[in-house]
Amino acid sequence: MKFAVIVFPGSNCDVDMFHAVKDELGEEVEYVWHDTDSLEGYDGILLPGGFSYGDYLRTGAIARFSNVMKEVIKAAEAGKPVLGVCNGFQILLEAGLLPGAMRRNESLKFICKPVELKVENNETMFSSAYDAKEVISIPIAHGEGNYYCDEQTLQELKANNQIVFTYNGTNPNGSLENIAGITNKQGNVLGMMPHPERAVDELLGGADGLKIFKSIVSQWREANVVNA
Amino acid sequence: MFKVKVYITLRESVLDPQGTAVKGSLHSLDYKEVEDVRIGKYLELTIEESGRNIDELVKEMCEKLLANTVIEDYRYEVEEVVAQ
Repeated sequence: MKFAVIVFPGSNCDVDMFHAVKDELGEEVEYVWHDTDSLEGYDGILLPGGFSYGDYLRTGAIARFSNVMKEVIKAAEAGKPVLGVCNGFQILLEAGLLPGAMRRNESLKFICKPVELKVENNETMFSSAYDAKEVISIPIAHGEGNYYCDEQTLQELKANNQIVFTYNGTNPNGSLENIAGITNKQGNVLGMMPHPERAVDELLGGADGLKIFKSIVSQWREANVVNA
Repeated sequence: MFKVKVYITLRESVLDPQGTAVKGSLHSLDYKEVEDVRIGKYLELTIEESGRNIDELVKEMCEKLLANTVIEDYRYEVEEVVAQ
């Protein structure tokens, strides 16, 4: 399986994402600059964390109009897995690939620490390697992770099982219903504030994030490789 | 030429933690009469006459990029100015 890590001006988790896929997962991966015209040949698209365009105007607001985003939207419509982490999640929200918006953390502080997550839905292409309701530990690092959507959207998220991860115990940022990660209706676009690419090896303090990448690969193999 | 002033604020239904913190600070300075503080953004655009309806143009820019209407409201004032 071949992944693209999209690099925007100001991305800073791109190298971690690349490392997670190449060294920990053992799959093919390439960096793709934000002004690229085509994402042909890539089976999975990864939008890393960081501060694209310095978070000017709003987080993700300017990156959302990068040339490559037209291709990301196409890939999402074609059913390819698209994972946005942290700033990547914010960009997916701004692009309308996921519903809702991010507000500043309730505490107004940038928070960087490992948090506990609960796997609310393990029947997605991003979470199938986890047990139902499994509690995992993955670090967060953000100032704007306070997820918001209107009541109707929330009901739809619940009805379609689009809430994949919630904060377990303490909610670090004030997000609605403790939401940490959601998918689109089709289930092939996941946005999450916690950084799974920072939890792929015990050396990093834990490897609970690796199963997200493993889920993507095994789901892709089942769908695309004969005799998988 | 047009000078357009755009004001963007969080929607009434969306909590504004920054505003709440500033209100608390004003209260601690004894300005007890302050009931609410909402923090927003102010943008000044200088726009050339292009033949397009200026209201339509500004609304489009606000909806597309300048404001995120999921959580923000916007309003604007248009002033026609003579190019220098």
